[in-house]
Amino acid sequence: MNDEYDVIVVGAGPGGSIAARTAAEECDVLLIEKRQEIGSPVRCAEFIEERSLSPYIQPDKKWIAAKINGVRFISPDGTTLTVSAEALGMKGVLGYVLERKIFDRELAKDAARAGAHVMVRTRATGLIVENGTVKGVKINRLGEDFEVRSKVVIGADGVESKVGRWGGINTTLKLKDIGSCAQYLMTNIDVTEDFCNFYFGSLAPGVYAWMFPKGDKKANIGLGVLASKLSRKRPVDYLNEFISKNFPDGQPVELVMGAFPSSDELKSSIGHGLMLVGDAAHHNMLGGGVMNALEGGKIAGDVASKSVRQDDSSRNVLKEYETRLHRSYGKNLKHAYKIREFLSDLSEDEWNKLFQAFKEIKPHLSVIEVIRLTRRLLMANPKLVFLIPHSSFLREFALSEREPPQSNF
Amino acid sequence: MVVVNIEKCGHCGACVAVCPTNSIELIESCLRVDDTCTSCATCITVCPVGALTAQRSP
Repeated sequence: MNDEYDVIVVGAGPGGSIAARTAAEECDVLLIEKRQEIGSPVRCAEFIEERSLSPYIQPDKKWIAAKINGVRFISPDGTTLTVSAEALGMKGVLGYVLERKIFDRELAKDAARAGAHVMVRTRATGLIVENGTVKGVKINRLGEDFEVRSKVVIGADGVESKVGRWGGINTTLKLKDIGSCAQYLMTNIDVTEDFCNFYFGSLAPGVYAWMFPKGDKKANIGLGVLASKLSRKRPVDYLNEFISKNFPDGQPVELVMGAFPSSDELKSSIGHGLMLVGDAAHHNMLGGGVMNALEGGKIAGDVASKSVRQDDSSRNVLKEYETRLHRSYGKNLKHAYKIREFLSDLSEDEWNKLFQAFKEIKPHLSVIEVIRLTRRLLMANPKLVFLIPHSSFLREFALSEREPPQSNF
Repeated sequence: MVVVNIEKCGHCGACVAVCPTNSIELIESCLRVDDTCTSCATCITVCPVGALTAQRSP
């Protein structure tokens, strides 16, 4: 370990490793992980869409537990909505259930191959801040304290992030903005289909339950509950109920606890000399955080290199990270939060009605059918009106009795 | 002060994420609550297994 690096990345999850790999192509990079073992214990349901993964790493059967060709959403009364790769006209698979223990290590190995210095059992204990600019990280490695200086720090330290808070970005989550989760990796699960299932309703208040097949009769079965909806009954209690009802023959081989941020956008995910990536930056809405962490990590790595090249790590340079994020998923987070807040408060009956209304969607709808469907959705639940963009012509016609012009989308 | 039942704790970090005073640290399978804890109980609510309880100081 040197006394100084260009870039220090805190946390060797997917976001941190991609950031380190990207920055290491041009800079001296230190990647630190507080755990003894990268990728373990797992805190993830492990499903990711192919299109969110392949731009960052070539899919490899080493870390793919199962290929997924469709997704099924199930309402409290069993009404099921199915989305399949075939129906979407996709040639390849829809996604994968990963083996995160191997996947995370592979990404860290990539970072190392690109030249990053990787350290495990090495924990950040604070930041070096001088005149309002982050100048490095205070670390503890195997019980010994060190100070390591850097031009840029990337905080990829997950849902329990401290780097942001040390750097003056308040990342503390409110109970209404965090999903508290429990999951078993189970065996004896009779799944023959390559579909991921999501279950909605009071079985998992505010979030959902899931069953993601991992092949060989194994599956990740878990659920999340919005923390503000918790009282005495714990997520693990909800999960045990869900399993005894739906998968009575299943036997656990692993119990996983976890949490994910589900909050409105942070005011800022950067500071002078500092960027936050992935869950640490609350770049997650209803699970699937790896997807945003990969993209955010790549951009953060790029911007860190640029900042080192220009010898300027002020917000002025680092704000490119936010601008580029905003062009991809960033702009969707605000809207997604509104939708998430709305969905979190649905009753069982409202879930059923919503599903029944959506059930009638066909792959190719005419304008008239879309408008009729929207009207029906609004009748089922008037609160849904916010889902329709303000200025859209859909809103204009759906809210009136007028018939739209004849044409197809 | 909040205390941890180590036989229940699943080391997930949810409590760390919500702690308004930044008083909790998760190191591997060890959860440490320091003396800045105000017993506000936010962490008790979020815990997926109910591993945290408030204990009155003696």
